[in-house]
Amino acid sequence: MNSDKIKTSTQVGLFVTCLADLIRPQIGFAAVALLEHAGCTVRVPRNQTCCGQPALNSGDSVSTIAIAKTVIKTFAQDDYVIAPSGSCVDTICHKYPELFHNDALWAGRARALAAKTWELTSFLVEVMELQQVEATYDGVCSYHDSCSGLRELGIHDQPRQLLASVVGLELKEMNENNVCCGFGGLFSVKYPDISTRMVSNKCANIGHSGVDTLLGGDLGCLLNIAGRLRREGAPVRVFHVAEVLAGMTDGPAIGEGESGS
Amino acid sequence: MSAAASQKVAFRERTTRALRDSNLQQAMGKARGGFIEKRLEAMAALPEFDETRDAARDIKDHVLANLDGYLELYEQKVIENGGQVHWARTAEEACQIVADICREANAQVVTKGKSMVSEEMHLNSVLEAAGLKVVETDLGEYIVQLAGETPSHIIAPAVHKTREQITELFHEHHSKLGYTDRVTQREALVNEARSVLRGTFVTADVGITGANFLVAETGANIIVTNEGNGDLTSSLPRVHIVTAGIEKVIPSLDDLSVLLRVLARSATGQEMSAYTSLYSGPRQDTDSEGPEAYHVVLLDNGRSTMLGGDYRPMLRCIRCGACLNHCPVYSAIGGHAYGWVYSGPMGSVLTPLLNGFDDSVDLPNACTLNGRCKAVCPVRIPLSDLLLKHRLEQYRRRLTPLFGRFLVRAWAWVATRPRLYQGLMALPLWLMHRRGRRRGALEHIPFAGGWTDSRDFPTPAGRSFIRQWHSRKGKS
Repeated sequence: MNSDKIKTSTQVGLFVTCLADLIRPQIGFAAVALLEHAGCTVRVPRNQTCCGQPALNSGDSVSTIAIAKTVIKTFAQDDYVIAPSGSCVDTICHKYPELFHNDALWAGRARALAAKTWELTSFLVEVMELQQVEATYDGVCSYHDSCSGLRELGIHDQPRQLLASVVGLELKEMNENNVCCGFGGLFSVKYPDISTRMVSNKCANIGHSGVDTLLGGDLGCLLNIAGRLRREGAPVRVFHVAEVLAGMTDGPAIGEGESGS
Repeated sequence: MSAAASQKVAFRERTTRALRDSNLQQAMGKARGGFIEKRLEAMAALPEFDETRDAARDIKDHVLANLDGYLELYEQKVIENGGQVHWARTAEEACQIVADICREANAQVVTKGKSMVSEEMHLNSVLEAAGLKVVETDLGEYIVQLAGETPSHIIAPAVHKTREQITELFHEHHSKLGYTDRVTQREALVNEARSVLRGTFVTADVGITGANFLVAETGANIIVTNEGNGDLTSSLPRVHIVTAGIEKVIPSLDDLSVLLRVLARSATGQEMSAYTSLYSGPRQDTDSEGPEAYHVVLLDNGRSTMLGGDYRPMLRCIRCGACLNHCPVYSAIGGHAYGWVYSGPMGSVLTPLLNGFDDSVDLPNACTLNGRCKAVCPVRIPLSDLLLKHRLEQYRRRLTPLFGRFLVRAWAWVATRPRLYQGLMALPLWLMHRRGRRRGALEHIPFAGGWTDSRDFPTPAGRSFIRQWHSRKGKS
């Protein structure tokens, strides 16, 4: 795709998020492919790490402010900022402006970033008005609605709308698809027993639904669910929704080995 | 710090016990979903539900901004109706007031309707110590009283118990009263409890109820129940005592009608509870029945401090229990693990405010901030945001473990230096990739045993997206 030759195309900066960056880079490549397919010019700034959510959720506002300033500066030049994660976008859109309530200059910058930051699937559908993707996936999938995306950003129909255009893919809703999987960032490490009970409930619902693939829009949740499914020996594949929409499902799913196990 | 640390162990112990308690897990598993389905049905049947929630929030906000005036008006109306209002700064003062009223009435038997404020006061133990026989008459409260426990849910006190446990409990306590058969069916259990309690209702000297609302313009207290026990508790004894928090006052009956529309729908999915009762004071000359004396004990217990701070929205709470019903953490561990009378999201916000952080440092942290509580609250309390606010406060006051704070700070320092961050991450990513790439996941990660005890950790790709992207771009 030669979208970079289209002068009028929409310019976006990709915030790949720390988990996708470090653990599942393919989500970043999938996001770029989808954005370019929708007609965007994508910039991937090197100066990006994390949105600061772990620091914020630990109550450390000083550290969060330092990270937020880095993110704000990194993406100052972009027309839009897109991330393949509802929870990171929620942090940028709703938490950053509050962090700077005593600092008019940075509050303004934070609001400006918030105003142009979108979660990937909602940006594709609502701003780029993308109707369909060119992808094939042979499987019955369920979609796990991640909490921040669903409740703070209203992401529900957008990924489903795009998934409906994937050839061969059947979407089947599971029970309690809007209930937290128990990840919660550091919660899953600080309170592993409670987290395990929650993710076990999630896996039971996935099992009852009879699907062969679980999709979602936040890698944190997907790592948690895939990790538990694997430990339980459940034969369910797990992908980030961007990977399926971009047709990048030939390699191992999340938690699958190169040997294909 | 030491108190906080010891509580941390206690919370974790309670949590572990709860997760291993097969009866609790069975009971919570059964309860999960029922309340939620019914609420959704009730919402669907009332198109203006969300607008009504806004109106309910606005009513409570208006009251809280003018609380002193409405409380004075309420007191004046209660006095005009022939009742008395008692003001209690603390739980101890409130208990003393109730105990004194009982003593002056020469009371021996006290019946109680469900009142979370009386649980907050630990009223039963104070009255029992004063030699009174105290009988809970709400079925759930009665069950937990027989079991020597406290309620685990603000509207369903015995939700943590299985029917089999209740059968055994009734058999243990009722066989000496002549109920020697083990009853197992729901209706038969209710009938047995009703039959046992009937005798107590007519012999009670004092009846104590809570209040869902206090109406300033009329001086009435309102209770909503599904069992009618509250009415027998309010009407039959010589003395009726109402215990309520100061935030329960609302301006008018019109406001009441708005709040009632969201209360039962949010709580149980009913349009209205089976009984909605208004009590406006003692028996009047023209009344054929009713109590001779009517007292209202208004409890502050930290609420007036909340009024002036960031947590004021929590005082809007109408105790519907929707946040508990929708909380996956509550559903996993039950109410007792929270350690005090208020549990679930509303408890995790409220307990540190009323009791301080010493005994509740874990509560705001044992939460995934999934926001379901905030989404269902009928008076739109931003519960998960308030929990995050607690965490910020704990960090400022250094109440969380030092090592954890150091790790977050160190990590944040690196995260603000992207080149260094990528450099430091490269080796561990590569090592994890090498170890796990064939299997696709790691079964153990050093320092993350909490995760890998019960879950695999999907193997990282080995090289970060940023490095891959920029090396590809650099070459092309």
